[in-house]
Amino acid sequence: MDSIITQILQQLVNGLSLGSIYALIALGYTMVYGIIKLINFAHGDIMMVGAYSGWFAITVLHLPFLPALLFSMVCCALLGVLIERIAYKPLRNASRIAALITAIGVSLFLEYGGMLLVTAQVRTYPPVFPETMYVVGGVYFKYGDIVMLVTSVVLMSLLHFTVQYTKVGKAMRAVSFDQEAALLMGINTNNIISFTFAIGSALAAAAGVLMGVYFNTIDPLMGIIPGLKAFVAAVLGGIGIIPGAMVGGLMLGLVESIVSGLGASTWRDAVAFLILILVLIIKPSGLFGKNVREKV
Amino acid sequence: MRNWFNRKNIATLLGLVLLYAVVQGLIVFDIMPAFYKLTLILVCIYIILSTSLNLINGITGQFSIGHAGFMAVGAYVSAIVIVIMHGSLPLGLLAGAVASALAGLLVGLPTLRLNGDYLAIATLGFGEIVRIVFLNMDLVGGAAGFTLPSKITWTWAFGLMVVSVILIKNFVGSTHGRACISIRENEIAAESMGINTTKYKVMAFTIGAFFAGLAGGIYANYMYIIQPGTFSFLKSFDILVMVVLGGLGSISGGIVGAIVYTVISALLAGIPEWRLVITAVFLIVMMIFRPTGIMGTKEFSLGFLRKKGDKNAASKN
Repeated sequence: MDSIITQILQQLVNGLSLGSIYALIALGYTMVYGIIKLINFAHGDIMMVGAYSGWFAITVLHLPFLPALLFSMVCCALLGVLIERIAYKPLRNASRIAALITAIGVSLFLEYGGMLLVTAQVRTYPPVFPETMYVVGGVYFKYGDIVMLVTSVVLMSLLHFTVQYTKVGKAMRAVSFDQEAALLMGINTNNIISFTFAIGSALAAAAGVLMGVYFNTIDPLMGIIPGLKAFVAAVLGGIGIIPGAMVGGLMLGLVESIVSGLGASTWRDAVAFLILILVLIIKPSGLFGKNVREKV
Repeated sequence: MRNWFNRKNIATLLGLVLLYAVVQGLIVFDIMPAFYKLTLILVCIYIILSTSLNLINGITGQFSIGHAGFMAVGAYVSAIVIVIMHGSLPLGLLAGAVASALAGLLVGLPTLRLNGDYLAIATLGFGEIVRIVFLNMDLVGGAAGFTLPSKITWTWAFGLMVVSVILIKNFVGSTHGRACISIRENEIAAESMGINTTKYKVMAFTIGAFFAGLAGGIYANYMYIIQPGTFSFLKSFDILVMVVLGGLGSISGGIVGAIVYTVISALLAGIPEWRLVITAVFLIVMMIFRPTGIMGTKEFSLGFLRKKGDKNAASKN
């Protein structure tokens, strides 16, 4: 009996650290969606670029973990703004499906352009953290698990603070509420949208570095599946809603590690999608979504 | 009584027969390289897929990105019927298509009350679930794939493609098709005019799934081997890209999109490392400069053959 509880707690710990990565990626999805109603399919690939720039910073520039994390976040923020300016801005008034196809195009470009640049070969992340294990009541915490949880919580709190209590955050909320009205109030919506892309991409970069550290290996196609899962997490929590993305990400991580713990790891993704579909059928706008009444 | 033998229909028929005969001749006399034949048959398969997705996304205005899932159901069911149950090719293809239509009905009924991006992610999730189910099924070989004889010839692929396109085009032109278009234009208005929107959405979804299953069956019976990895969401994206590239809501646009995209992929096959980079840049540039796709919502028509005042030929959708 005792060992079962320990097992469950262990899976919870694993699930939380995986879930915090999903949550970080999902935040970028949800913020971009909230502000310009675009499903940015390239988001998972920005995470991949983040993982590579972190790898570059650690192995080539010999930076320690935190500066490397910051380096990759800055790189990806710039990349995010660049992508937005070149590919998405001209399409702001086009149909949403055109923007979606562009996002798929950007995603393919990053994946296979990246492959040309760094080759398809899998690279190993250098060991950044000591292999220390902490045991609390029979449950193992890896040093990396703790860093990951702490980093995600700090970043999410920073994001929450920025969105809720700063002037830029207020402007972001205004633009997402009504873009034209925000423009009339003197908000430079273009800059705010770029800023949103910058923040979302920086969070994805942080997730990428953490992912590299956690799983040890990176490759140019590593962003596809986590990107898709993070999108699921964002929709699960209610797309466009920031706390929803956090909860959705953590939930998805927990579900995955519980299913793997039950010995059905090949069914992991199917269960995640099944839960998503069930949640959507019962509550079509996601867990935290508000029901919007349609008016003619 | 409609006159089926107007100039337009006869011209189309002659064109199709000519096209078929030329390619068949090249194949029979062994002039055409195998790679060209593969590309042509793939074009036929993708035309069925893009036309059927166009019915859901372009005509009815829903947003499905799980088309590869239906294709997988058709491919695997037809393979099971043919290899394990020793059924004939037509029976296998039909079984695959019907199974896929049933899957469409099953998914469509609950999920079509979702709209926009929520429907998109639900269909994407469905597609991935289908893939994982086949991945875990030992009967069909799991990840290693399932081998089956290649029975599809150019005649089969071309004939089924033509029949599928004609059926879908006639559906779009029918009362039901018009109801679907009205849902795309304004769902609330359509509902207040007495159109049972759920019924038509599910109908479009089921018919789309039927033809996607058919295309999956053709694919399986041409390719010698099917693997779950083939039917991932990237395949769904490919089909979506064809539809949008050609023109969402235009049947002929979807066909053009399928041809252009498949031919571009085939042309770039010689430089595999650059293939997807070039495709990606092409997509981005295309969407920035012509977001409505090659054809927009217009249809390619042979209207110039029409006699003035010929009302039968004037009925275009």
